[in-house]
Amino acid sequence: MIPAPFTYRRAATVDEAVTLAARGGEDVKFLAGGHSLLPLMKLRLVVPPELVDIGGIGELSHISEADGHVRVGALATHDQVAGSALLRRELPLLAHAAGRVGDPQVRHRGTIGGSLAHADPAADLPAVALALGATLVTRGPSGTREIAAGDFFTGLFETVLEPGELLAEIRFPKAGPSGWSFQKFTKRGIDWAIVGVAVAGDRVALVNMGPTPLRARAVEDALASGAAPDEAAARAAEGTSAPEDLNGSRAYREHLARVLVGRALGEARSRR
Amino acid sequence: MKVAISVNGSQVGADVEDRTLLVHFIRDVAGLTATNTGCDTSSCGACTVLLDGRSVKSCTVLAAQADGHEVTTVEGLAPGPDQMHPVQRAFRAEHALQCGFCTPGMVMAAVSLLAENPSPTEEEIRSALEGNLCRCTGYHNIVRAVLAAASERGGS
Amino acid sequence: MSIVGTRVVRTEDPRLLTAGGSYVEDLRVPELAGAAWATFVRSPIAHARITGVDASAAARAPGVIAVLTAADMDDLGPPPPPPPGGGGEAPVPLGGPWAEPLLAADRVRFVGEPVAVVLTEGRYQGEDAAELVSVDYEPLPAVVGVEAALAGQTLLFPGTGSNVPITAGGQADDAIFDGCDVVVERTIVNQRVAPVPMEARAAAARWADGRLTAWLSTQAAQLGRFVMAGVLGLDPAAVRVITPDVGGGFGAKVGVDRDALVIAWAARRLGRPVRWAETRSENLVAMTHGRGQRQVIKIGGRKDGRILAYRLHVVQDAGAYPRMSGFLPFLTCMMASGPYDIAHVQTAYQVVVTNTTPTGAYRGAGRPEATAAIERAVDLFAAEIGLDPAEVRRTNLVPPDRFPYQTAGGARYDTGDYAAALDQVLSAAGYADLRAEQARRRERGDVVQLGIGLSSYVEITAADAAGGETARLVVHPDGTATVYTGSSAHGQGHHTAWAMLVQDELGIEMAKVTVVHGDTDLIPRGTGTYASRSLQIGGAAVHVAAADVREQARRVAADLLEASEADLELDAERGLWHVRGDPEAAMTWAQVASHASAEGLAASVNYTGGQPTFPFGTHLSVVEVDTQTGKVRVLRHVTVDDAGTIISPVLAEGQRHGGIAQGIAQALLEEVVYDGQGNPVTGTLADYAVITSAELPSFELLAKQTPTTANPLGAKGIGEAGTIGAVPAVQNAVIDALSHRGVRHIDMPLTPARVWAAINGTGVIL
Repeated sequence: MIPAPFTYRRAATVDEAVTLAARGGEDVKFLAGGHSLLPLMKLRLVVPPELVDIGGIGELSHISEADGHVRVGALATHDQVAGSALLRRELPLLAHAAGRVGDPQVRHRGTIGGSLAHADPAADLPAVALALGATLVTRGPSGTREIAAGDFFTGLFETVLEPGELLAEIRFPKAGPSGWSFQKFTKRGIDWAIVGVAVAGDRVALVNMGPTPLRARAVEDALASGAAPDEAAARAAEGTSAPEDLNGSRAYREHLARVLVGRALGEARSRR
Repeated sequence: MKVAISVNGSQVGADVEDRTLLVHFIRDVAGLTATNTGCDTSSCGACTVLLDGRSVKSCTVLAAQADGHEVTTVEGLAPGPDQMHPVQRAFRAEHALQCGFCTPGMVMAAVSLLAENPSPTEEEIRSALEGNLCRCTGYHNIVRAVLAAASERGGS
Repeated sequence: MSIVGTRVVRTEDPRLLTAGGSYVEDLRVPELAGAAWATFVRSPIAHARITGVDASAAARAPGVIAVLTAADMDDLGPPPPPPPGGGGEAPVPLGGPWAEPLLAADRVRFVGEPVAVVLTEGRYQGEDAAELVSVDYEPLPAVVGVEAALAGQTLLFPGTGSNVPITAGGQADDAIFDGCDVVVERTIVNQRVAPVPMEARAAAARWADGRLTAWLSTQAAQLGRFVMAGVLGLDPAAVRVITPDVGGGFGAKVGVDRDALVIAWAARRLGRPVRWAETRSENLVAMTHGRGQRQVIKIGGRKDGRILAYRLHVVQDAGAYPRMSGFLPFLTCMMASGPYDIAHVQTAYQVVVTNTTPTGAYRGAGRPEATAAIERAVDLFAAEIGLDPAEVRRTNLVPPDRFPYQTAGGARYDTGDYAAALDQVLSAAGYADLRAEQARRRERGDVVQLGIGLSSYVEITAADAAGGETARLVVHPDGTATVYTGSSAHGQGHHTAWAMLVQDELGIEMAKVTVVHGDTDLIPRGTGTYASRSLQIGGAAVHVAAADVREQARRVAADLLEASEADLELDAERGLWHVRGDPEAAMTWAQVASHASAEGLAASVNYTGGQPTFPFGTHLSVVEVDTQTGKVRVLRHVTVDDAGTIISPVLAEGQRHGGIAQGIAQALLEEVVYDGQGNPVTGTLADYAVITSAELPSFELLAKQTPTTANPLGAKGIGEAGTIGAVPAVQNAVIDALSHRGVRHIDMPLTPARVWAAINGTGVIL
């Protein structure tokens, strides 16, 4: 299947990308690796009149550390993130989860920024960004914004990004020696998570338990008040609104969330 | 738009629609038909080629995105049937193909895997090929072929 | 030493590996230069009246040559009458009032049904223009699932008065269960699955001088020619069908689909070549699906494990049009009792129509459904009487001294040693150790439990052996040979296997043997590749042709060497003719063939001497089930698949591997799902879960060969053993893992959600 016709423009810098997007109007889409956008365009579920290809912007694929933070350029591919020595040392949860996205071909093309900006509640990295307390740095017509991951996702495939605003970088506070775990429950290895859990220290985030990635606040609160992991995990479905589809009912997902949070907390403790 | 891509070492340039998919550029512009399309959703991997040396699904890349880059297809792996690439040789020796439709993509995925991980375990191979569907072989002999290619390369 | 039975690598592979195959979409032949691209407009609604089609906007779109609908088919005669056997057991469309049009005219009956075809200069333009064709649909209630079909509230073909075109079999009589200590009855589902050959359907057509050339992705070129000629009102001689490389078929490419017929018709209408290759999204709704049976199984027997009676009632979901009449459930019922000696067997079936994609043959075609039913029944019976399922099987298997064995279902099993296959598998798998490990895990209350599942099977291959197969063998004056075969390889490796047969019989090296298939101008008569028939019928034809050529050569060589024919010997190792006792004065095939005639030596055979054969075996699957999540992992899959004499172990193993994977996939993952309105929920490969390498273990294949006497090769079919044997072994293994918790049955596919629901006894169908 073939995307509907569109105009393709290529940006060499962030400034050029923002300018091109502003000129093109509200429905312009940024194209990075294309692994979220192009499949939807081929099925003609998304029909943008214009794409601004940011894939060649060299300044956006860095992975570096500064001031107690790790900075990951939005164009870093899943493969780069998974293989980065810095991330494997400082943010093993992120590196591990990136290595579980899709399949190798997807990881060679797909980018961390694309995954976050696309805001698919079944995607892995948005929940990881929540668990790690990431800050998303954007560039748009009205300048630079720094947005906490917890404020970034607003609904199903929806974020606070304004038209023409580009996600440029993701900043992660260094995790320190806290334990971590990533549980991705799928039918097949390549499938999207039916339910996923990311744990970083005392922060717990859920994949595919609502229209956005979610913090499992009830679990976190229970842990904070001294509950045992199993006891805390029993509250994993509180405050969620899981979807129902071919892969499971809401009740099944809620059950999975409890089981997987329990396993994740156990694994995270074992890694402290 | 004008696109110029190095395909198997040859420069291929053309003026194509902006929406042209890389797989169609390879098949219809470069005239190399080994690379197949097996689905619409980046699920099957039949269209896998190397883009700057790494496996990608060419149905999910615009030709425009590959402009100025290097593409390798299965036709570019070896000079001909008499001088096959170790992965191609292993696929034949282990009967890792039947109808042949997934084969070009599967071979390129295996080549990319071995470039990144020269001596994978069976489990690593199974995981690394999960983006390439084969309906004929049950993957059994494909896995054996990749193991054999890895050990041949390790020994050479 | 004979090449038969040795591990030969394929002759097909160097080309496929370095240049890629030449599938229909790859054809760059001059005859197709300037071909128009065809894009179908398909119904997005399961059941509706068509009240109008407006193609004017599409016709004005860039690159559009024509938009054709049923209204344009004024150059076609009335549809040919249904082929003989329709309505009964032959795999042919039912036709008559249930006939399927080429393009829907006034009513659509499934999502994906073709309504119009858009012809454009290029592919991209076709997809754009197809969106602009406006069809007015007046929706009707959709009939989804066999229960709705049987209820008959809404009829697909109102003139027929019923959604049940075929009913067959005897009345149920519970007297057969008299004398049983235990009787178990259960309704189970053999779910609808999609064949998903990696190459979807494709066709190209060109007319010149009143003659049609059609390139088809098919398993049977000659059948394609017959059907095309019939529909287009042509003499078959005016149709040439060419089969380029075919990227898998699995039964779903045996027939000629309406879409391909439309391509041939459109090319005539346009006066220009037309080509078509469907997208996967189209393929998943418009290529036939497989399976789709609701089965009621009832089994009874004694507490010592002896089964006394079995009943199977099948309702076959035919989808919107009964393309296979009663063939699939007929085969299911014929093979109902499987490898067991059961005194009383009753079967019956109904075929129903529903507003879903038509069903058809898929790897096994009716026999996997039979095996799934009896193998579930045996496990249910064993669980009820508290005996080990392996023991119950051994007690009831047809003993080796009973062959040929006539079943109640009308099959005559040729040869077999079923218990030996079972024991070989149990021993190789370490059955006792597996049971001990299972017991330990149960005792400990492990989260991850172990399950061991068995499936003993017998199946029928080359059921239509009497239809025969052709082979023409020519030994050329240069000593090379060409085989023209009516079989139609699409991955099986016939080019290698047929060359092996020629080398074995004549001593002409494989490298000098060319195999040609799938061009009806070169091979006007032929049957094709399906029903695991090719080696035993098509290969036997090659074998017989080679023997014929050998005897011709003997006469020529005798003449040349001035000896009597009786004294002539063929050294099949070296491919040389000589007089007995004088190997030095030998003649090559080139010498003999060039002396015979300018064309060499040739023999044409239509081999009809074969009989159906009955391969058998046992599969054992070992699975782990995570009892907290319902997730299943297959740890091991051990099989004996006895298909008689093995010509090429490499190819035979490849067939087993592929079938096992498809079987595991049906058991665990795959299902075509519709919502209540008949909308497909599994319309892309993102949703339809084809199994990947990561979900499978390497398989443990055991060797066993019990030759048949039904053909001169001693070979039985091997193509479908995997799907037949594997499915119930895996299903039984998962249920076995949970049997200590009272789980007796879970319908397939055994997805995590379903398994979890079963563990929790929620009974929720997910």
